[in-house]
Amino acid sequence: MKPASESELSEMIRGARAFLIQGGGTRRIGQTVGELLETSALAGVELYEPGALTLIARAGTPLAEVQTILAAERQRLAFEVPDLRKLLDREGTSTIGGVVAANASGPRRVQVGACRDALLGVRFVDGTGAIVKNGGRVMKNVTGYDLVKLMAGSQGVLGVLTEVSFKVQAVPEAEVTLMAERSLPQGLADLRAALGSPYDISGAAWIAGRAMIRLEGMAGSVAYRAGKLRDLLAFDTAEADWSAVRDVTLFAGRPGAVWRVSVKPTEAAPLIARLGLEAVCDWGGGLVWLLDPTGTADVRAALSGNGHATLMRTLPGAMSVPVFQPESLAVAKLTAGLRAKFDPRGVFNPGMMG
Amino acid sequence: MDMPIPNAAILARKSTIVARLRGVLPADAVIFDPAETRAYECDALTAYRCAPLVAVLPRTTAEVAAVLKICHEEQIPVVPRGSGTSLAGGALPTADCVILGVARMNAVLETDYDNRFIRVQSGRTNLSVTGAIESDGWFYAPDPSSQLACAIAGNIAMNSGGAHCLKYGVTTNNVLGVTLVQMDGTVVEIGGPWSDAGGIDLLGVICGSEGQLGVVTEATLRILPKPEGARPVLVGFNSNEVAGTCVSDIIKAGILPVAIEFMDRPCIRATEAFAKAGYPDCEALLIIEVEGSPAEIAEQLTRIKAIAMQHNPVEFREAADEDQAKRIWLGRKSAFGAMGQINDYMCLDGTIPVSALPYVLRRIGEMSTAYGLDVGNVFHAGDGNMHPLILFDANKPGDLQRCEAFGADILKLCVEVGGCLTGEHGVGIEKRDLMSVQFTAADMEAQLRVKDVFDPAWLLNPAKVFPLNITASRRAG
Repeated sequence: MKPASESELSEMIRGARAFLIQGGGTRRIGQTVGELLETSALAGVELYEPGALTLIARAGTPLAEVQTILAAERQRLAFEVPDLRKLLDREGTSTIGGVVAANASGPRRVQVGACRDALLGVRFVDGTGAIVKNGGRVMKNVTGYDLVKLMAGSQGVLGVLTEVSFKVQAVPEAEVTLMAERSLPQGLADLRAALGSPYDISGAAWIAGRAMIRLEGMAGSVAYRAGKLRDLLAFDTAEADWSAVRDVTLFAGRPGAVWRVSVKPTEAAPLIARLGLEAVCDWGGGLVWLLDPTGTADVRAALSGNGHATLMRTLPGAMSVPVFQPESLAVAKLTAGLRAKFDPRGVFNPGMMG
Repeated sequence: MDMPIPNAAILARKSTIVARLRGVLPADAVIFDPAETRAYECDALTAYRCAPLVAVLPRTTAEVAAVLKICHEEQIPVVPRGSGTSLAGGALPTADCVILGVARMNAVLETDYDNRFIRVQSGRTNLSVTGAIESDGWFYAPDPSSQLACAIAGNIAMNSGGAHCLKYGVTTNNVLGVTLVQMDGTVVEIGGPWSDAGGIDLLGVICGSEGQLGVVTEATLRILPKPEGARPVLVGFNSNEVAGTCVSDIIKAGILPVAIEFMDRPCIRATEAFAKAGYPDCEALLIIEVEGSPAEIAEQLTRIKAIAMQHNPVEFREAADEDQAKRIWLGRKSAFGAMGQINDYMCLDGTIPVSALPYVLRRIGEMSTAYGLDVGNVFHAGDGNMHPLILFDANKPGDLQRCEAFGADILKLCVEVGGCLTGEHGVGIEKRDLMSVQFTAADMEAQLRVKDVFDPAWLLNPAKVFPLNITASRRAG
């Protein structure tokens, strides 16, 4: 089904059945069943004000279309949307609503926050068919509860997004990457030192034996900060492809389960050592991607509550492990309560998120 | 301002309730003498006052849980209170409520520079969070203008902003985790010292929920290394419209100042008379602050100057040293005090799309004439967060009501041009009855359902945020 308007979508939802909600199907994780409900007909950029750094698009708008429109004004989505198609072995066209539903955020998160931090407003249809708006198009808005954040990353279980609005960012005039060959523990220590400096880092990753730091901004400022950090950490200026970090292409096409783990940066190296798995680290160690060739590692046990792990890709025939980190009893109760209120008949992505 | 009629049965049980609360708290933490509960009769929205039944001042999460458990069993409304600096009446009591003040919970629990966070008890004041880490070169970014007094608990409840959030974001963008005590006494940990809590973003909806979902007792906050330096410039214009266009051009050019503040002529004149900061007598002025090393500051200011000069400013004033920088900020920081010298004032904080600025200022001017009340505008221009200060005389019969009607018209105008009722102060009681201007019944129903989940009995700060007629059936149940 491909509703072309909110009212059409609302009608469809009122007819009781289970839906598998899909933007472009490029980044969905987790098991779910139901009739395919595609948002691709709810498409188009509705408002773009470069001078106010705001953009409103219907949820099914292809991400690429949003990016093209922004690029024409030398602007962008600051949170650097990962393209996980290769990693997850998917095809399709990523939509802006799917990006929001997954709260998809890349390396620049250490500087500008996640997708949810750039999201100003949403419209969605809930499980009763009610059309709901929250937030808006202005940068500061504390009017009523912030359901915008609630919807970001909710994987479609609370409602079907129909419209999203963002704060966007001007593309900086200069970008420099500093790099050094480093062991994992030393590399992550250097990244933490950089993030603890006043030099406004926009990327801090460790991949394949190299630590990488990104600086962006005005040319003079970038040169100044790069000089300071080169001296501080003994890194060199290098050409770098941050999309490899963003999209975790190192693990694409290779057999094994893939985990995405959020931890305190100082706990990344010990965790990886305990598990003995190949890793890519982003966010200065705050985000760890793990490749588990046999699909047998107990990542959550190794974490022992100090963070959380999502199983992004499983091995065919592997033991059944929950994709999303099981929540504490009190949190799970609240989450279940919200789902029951927003989707009382359980029609959205049944089985998703536990 | 309507508030629910106090529950006579609760009032009658006062001594039992006090006894139960004294059973779980030290004697000095339970305030019930009417002479003393008056200290909690209002917050910074002083036009409305009502002493609570009891005020409690717990020191730990366990004490908060014990208090809430009792209040839940007794079915008593609870109004959480940080430092009582809300401009929206967020901490206004009802006569049958328990005020739960977190002011005594002010400890720093953990500081971790390697992982860039601090964990504090929620009663700690905003500025003293930075105070605890400043000497090591770190700071906590959100900076509401009441930061000397306001508590982190209140900042989280209202999702507070500040002048510098243009670059660093507001409270919700800087909170990593909280310890939340639910109305039934359940203690729940949400998020933690890592990015992304996983699952549905409960933390996101707790920030800005105005104390209606639970009581935050501890918070893990993102901290940042202090920039090397900061410097403001002052730019004066002979038209609001041109000043607005200048703001837009700076943003569009990709320059990200940490703050862009705007003052209009009535506000400039009042401020000059009060603080004598030496501001030019012009229609509009901007204070733009940038950060970085001396060379980085110079680079940004050169660009800003080039853009500003295209708009023929009447003045472009740079700060050569720290003292001159302070003088540039002096007037802006005295603006509220200056307006207060002239008369009583009401401060609104509706937000508008930056492009609507000239139109909105013109309309506010017209309304000011129609209502016969003066208004000065000072606001965070980079993000469209207005702060119209409407002057009135509280001792003059009818003036407050006229002022409130004027304020309501301004906020309706903000919504009409695509903005919102409140950008950083919160709804409280002040904007409660205007919610239906911005939201449909379905929009509000979705929000009420969130409270149904966290606080099914509707006991936490129940008479705030939403129009009373909409919440009546829930509050009664």
